[in-house]
Amino acid sequence: MPGSRTARERPGRATRSASVDPEEIRRFSEVAEAWWDADGPFRALHRLNPTRLAYLRRHLDARFERAPRDIHPYCGLTVLDAGCGGGLLSEPLARLGARVTAIDADSRAIDVAASHARDAGLDIDYRRAAVEEVAANGETFDIVVAMEIIEHVPDLPAIVDAFGRVAAPGGVLALATLNRTLKSFALAVVGAEYVMRWLPRGTHRWEKFVKPSEVARHLRRHGFTVADVTGVTLDPLAFEWRTSRDTSVNYMMFANKTATR
Amino acid sequence: MAATKRNTTGRDFDVVIVGSGLIGSTLAVALGGAGLRVALMDRLDPATMVDEPFDGRASAVSHASRRALDAIGVWRHLADDAQPILDIRVSEGDSPLFLHYDHNELGDGPLGFMLENRHLRRGLGAAISTTANIELFAPAELSALDRSGTAAVVRLAGGEVLRGRLVAAADGRASPLRQAAGIRVHGWSYAQSGIVCTVTHERPHRGIAHERFFPAGPLAILPLTGDRSSLVWTEPSAVAGRLIELDKPAFDDEMRDRFGDFLGYVVSVGPRWSYPLALHNAKTYRSRRLALVGDAAHAMHPIAGQGLNLGFRDVAALAEVVVDAARLGLDIGGTDILSRYETWRRFDSMVLLAVTDGLNRLFSNDISAARVARDAGLAAVNRMPPLKRLFMRHARGTVGKLPRMLRGMAP
Repeated sequence: MPGSRTARERPGRATRSASVDPEEIRRFSEVAEAWWDADGPFRALHRLNPTRLAYLRRHLDARFERAPRDIHPYCGLTVLDAGCGGGLLSEPLARLGARVTAIDADSRAIDVAASHARDAGLDIDYRRAAVEEVAANGETFDIVVAMEIIEHVPDLPAIVDAFGRVAAPGGVLALATLNRTLKSFALAVVGAEYVMRWLPRGTHRWEKFVKPSEVARHLRRHGFTVADVTGVTLDPLAFEWRTSRDTSVNYMMFANKTATR
Repeated sequence: MAATKRNTTGRDFDVVIVGSGLIGSTLAVALGGAGLRVALMDRLDPATMVDEPFDGRASAVSHASRRALDAIGVWRHLADDAQPILDIRVSEGDSPLFLHYDHNELGDGPLGFMLENRHLRRGLGAAISTTANIELFAPAELSALDRSGTAAVVRLAGGEVLRGRLVAAADGRASPLRQAAGIRVHGWSYAQSGIVCTVTHERPHRGIAHERFFPAGPLAILPLTGDRSSLVWTEPSAVAGRLIELDKPAFDDEMRDRFGDFLGYVVSVGPRWSYPLALHNAKTYRSRRLALVGDAAHAMHPIAGQGLNLGFRDVAALAEVVVDAARLGLDIGGTDILSRYETWRRFDSMVLLAVTDGLNRLFSNDISAARVARDAGLAAVNRMPPLKRLFMRHARGTVGKLPRMLRGMAP
């Protein structure tokens, strides 16, 4: 696995907080150098990116009344990419015109992300931070993106509370995560990590997966209304992700923050 | 858009197009119109390219290509100079058997249009000057291309530096960029040359194109506006070389010998050109941050008039995958984007190349068995409407999974 040897020598520092599990961060830190290798350990994520971005565009364009054909539609909007990893989603959102702040608890991922964005000529504010820390600063964003992170955090209600504070009134939250079903155990954990080796082993712990109804309940408590829940399924032969009505394994959720606090 | 900051100097573009010929220019208009920042560069001054002595050829623009040009706002500059092709008649020399393509069998307008290349260049020039986001660098010599980083860096001989996430090689058949990238081609030359000239005739052509197969090679008579036609006359290269050197009366005598008198008295007008015929297909249409389009990717025998249309298909497919990626904020020069383009285009080109090569080989010989087979074949195709319609749809360019532009939509 690329980077694993240096990881032992220089493990990523991680803060202890409700949204950060040091053990989880260590696992990602070990492969941080490989974030932008489209054929490396994050290959599945690279393949998923266009599907996720298309979903984001559909809902963001509708919410902020932007033209779907525009290639810089989000000028004037701010984004917080929480759990940005190597910046796979931060860079496209910056190219689409948004001012992006991107955070991750893994300092090595942040280093990789910042250096990659610099090479690509993109101005992204990368910070090693947890969502609660950003919330504590009193910063707010029009768009909060949290892709594949809530299944990795120790305290779900605490991170949703932080989402509620960093999302500006009238803003949105887009998240993606894994459902806690028998099927997700079989596919996402056993299938993807052990059988197909699409993901590094130990990437996921099934007991931390969250059902859409649980996420929705927490979101409602923190001033969000859930606008959409969409499943994401993998076509294993084409190795391509598609949005679908089947939310039993992967799903994305789009929620609107009420306009007033 | 987000502010950009870079250590290296240079002007930033999304796409740098090398070669401002018909294909490079069309790609520039398609991408610029979608909002991408385009640098379009060429060794030659664009003003000289619209002169008749520069390029006397005329091109068949298929129905689908016309829709594509219309979708990106180019066609309105061309419509007045376009001659509709209403009917295509394929015959062998003076053989009575022939294949007859009539647009009435398909409905939906002409089979295609004939346009002189100088008009195409002028129309594209007009579209470029009215499209925001396209910057022209011409005449400009490319001195170096570095594709190793997160952006390709193009250095011009004048010292200017252009950076783009994608470089499109529209630099023609000999494509220096393709060669520099180490992309090999497979193909062969035919030892045949195409003599091209314009003729005027006594009687109107009524929009009918003729393709006549002679043992030495095919002769295409393609209707232009007015009582004019464009002639593409294929001969072994040695013969073509001699014909092109003849004085006008002697050349016209030889030409009438092939042309016949079905349009009355025929005379050549203006200069004549000779182009060696060759076929090739690049082994791949992409490399790191590089896409090959048009003749840089494939060159074919002009027998079916499909070379330019094949190039327009490249443009439509590349513009679509690039614009789709840009709308998602993805890296438009990324491997997966270019691989989508290649998958879409390369097979299609290969099939068309094989078919036109086969046609030429079948007709460019005098063996009697082949002669019987092809006469019977042409007549048989004529009597089998479904097969004939398929051929006709190929001629119109409406076969296969079509990019949005070829369906008349902006990319």
